[in-house]
Amino acid sequence: MSTSVLLRVEEMTKAFGGLMALHRVSFDLRGGEVLGIIGPNGSGKTTLINCITGFVRMSSGRVVFRGRDITGLPAHRIADLGITRTFQVMRPYYSLPAYKNLIVPLFSPRARRTGGWRGGGRLGDRDTVSIDILEEIGFERDSSVPYKPASALPTGYLKRLELARCLALNPVIIFCDEVFSGLSMSEIASLLPLIERLRMAGITMVMIEHRLRELFRVADRVLVLNFGEKLMEGTPEEVLEDPRVREAYFGSEKVAEIMEHA
Amino acid sequence: MAEGELLRKERLDRGIKVRTEGIYALSSWRELGYLTFPRLALIVGLLALPLLLKNPYWQRVISIVLIYSFLAMGFDFLAHFVGLVSLGGAFFIGTGGYLAAIFNTKLGLPIFLDIPAATLAGGLLCSLLLLPCLPLRGVYFAIVTLMYPLAAARIIEALNILGGTDGILGVQSFPNRWVEQYLLILLALGLHFGLRRFVHTDLGVVLRAVKDNDQAVRASGIDITRHKALAVLVTSFMGCLGGAVLVHIYMWAGISQFALDFSIIPIAATVVGGGGTVTGPLLGCLLLVPISEVLRSFGTLRIAFYSLILVGFTIFRSEGLLPYFQRKYHQFERWVRV
Repeated sequence: MSTSVLLRVEEMTKAFGGLMALHRVSFDLRGGEVLGIIGPNGSGKTTLINCITGFVRMSSGRVVFRGRDITGLPAHRIADLGITRTFQVMRPYYSLPAYKNLIVPLFSPRARRTGGWRGGGRLGDRDTVSIDILEEIGFERDSSVPYKPASALPTGYLKRLELARCLALNPVIIFCDEVFSGLSMSEIASLLPLIERLRMAGITMVMIEHRLRELFRVADRVLVLNFGEKLMEGTPEEVLEDPRVREAYFGSEKVAEIMEHA
Repeated sequence: MAEGELLRKERLDRGIKVRTEGIYALSSWRELGYLTFPRLALIVGLLALPLLLKNPYWQRVISIVLIYSFLAMGFDFLAHFVGLVSLGGAFFIGTGGYLAAIFNTKLGLPIFLDIPAATLAGGLLCSLLLLPCLPLRGVYFAIVTLMYPLAAARIIEALNILGGTDGILGVQSFPNRWVEQYLLILLALGLHFGLRRFVHTDLGVVLRAVKDNDQAVRASGIDITRHKALAVLVTSFMGCLGGAVLVHIYMWAGISQFALDFSIIPIAATVVGGGGTVTGPLLGCLLLVPISEVLRSFGTLRIAFYSLILVGFTIFRSEGLLPYFQRKYHQFERWVRV
């Protein structure tokens, strides 16, 4: 794993009126790692992703990607650099069949320039490539599932579709906003190897999660937010042992329970 | 049927659809015929219309129907495949019409040059003027498209430019009725099948995705404003083309070409014919515009009858005519015991 800094967030601050959603949050994202972001509800996790990916304009601070200042770029320009995201509230194209959902990222300037996921965009037609990607992400190729309208898919598939949409773009970083939430234990268990595979493929992952036990199995480092401020960052073990984190977030009983299972 | 017996209608799809929209498995000429019949009926039907209607008055009505159909298909395309509600039919007709009249009378362009020129220039001009409201979401696009034609008419009137309230007279007419009719029929068929194909191309899929979820499209690295602008450009071209042809039929361009009829009737036709089909709005125009002509003999009561028909459709057949017929055509229906 390379340890060079891929994305640097400096003093990011976001105020919604008088509410300080983020206050001078700084951290480095290293190439190839899986970084977990945790924190109680309302601690600014999704706002952080929204500001980095350009969906919300930050009040002050800087985002530097591969040495280039990308602060304030519009969302589609940031995505064009390979910085992609899933949405906490899933955003499929409900009226389109599942495989047609991937035509959109495969048609994007980035995919046409780089060939998309594993160069597939340069090979045959986009319909075929999108079925390949769906198979990679866990859709049964020979079933009717890839051809069903997204509105008819259950939550587990929609979560995978969110990830597939990021993959099709040939991403450098994927920001995952709670991909595990709303899934059963067995569905999460089937997603974990997928995340491992993406990391092996060289994709840097940032995962916002409330499901700590599952997150700590895949995360290299964890960033803890509380009331819009960075509480600490470190390895999952360091986070679990930190008294401030226990105080702010878990409560001592919860920590004991997680330690038991780890 | 025994009394008290419960029956329900069972619907079965004919078995030639495969997995997803627009792909069929055909195994016989009969199935091929079944699939092509509705399309051929539309083509042959439209081509035969001028021959069937001997009366010059009704032939003229057909021309007007087809011009309305350009607007209606454009409205359907923007509303159901891109997610923009346009009330700009009058704006497109007026702009295309005035430009064609100017090109023809002032610059001396012959009829078959000034129509494409007015289509191109008008489409670009309309899109450029609508560009500022494209990044906004919600009702703003509808409001702006409604305001432009109203403003244009008042500006022409107040400043007494472009012929003022008299309009621009002496626009060249078509060589004869047949050229006028068949030009419009071929254009309508071309636009109809072209649009239906376009929404299934990869670019068309991206536009439909913008309608479903524009934020997800941005997250895929695609500039949504540019794609909305492209769709508006296509629609503006269609509307301006209609306007350019219209002034040559009337041999006159005037303020009444910015009238709200051009904005409202296409929407009504889309509701009646069935939105999201492109064909529905075309059928809607074929139905509504002649009805509006027939009702002319009732004077101002015409509007009341017209409204009643629309309200009736909205309540009793809100899906529209085409989806209703499609269902009847594609499915077997039978009564089964519950």
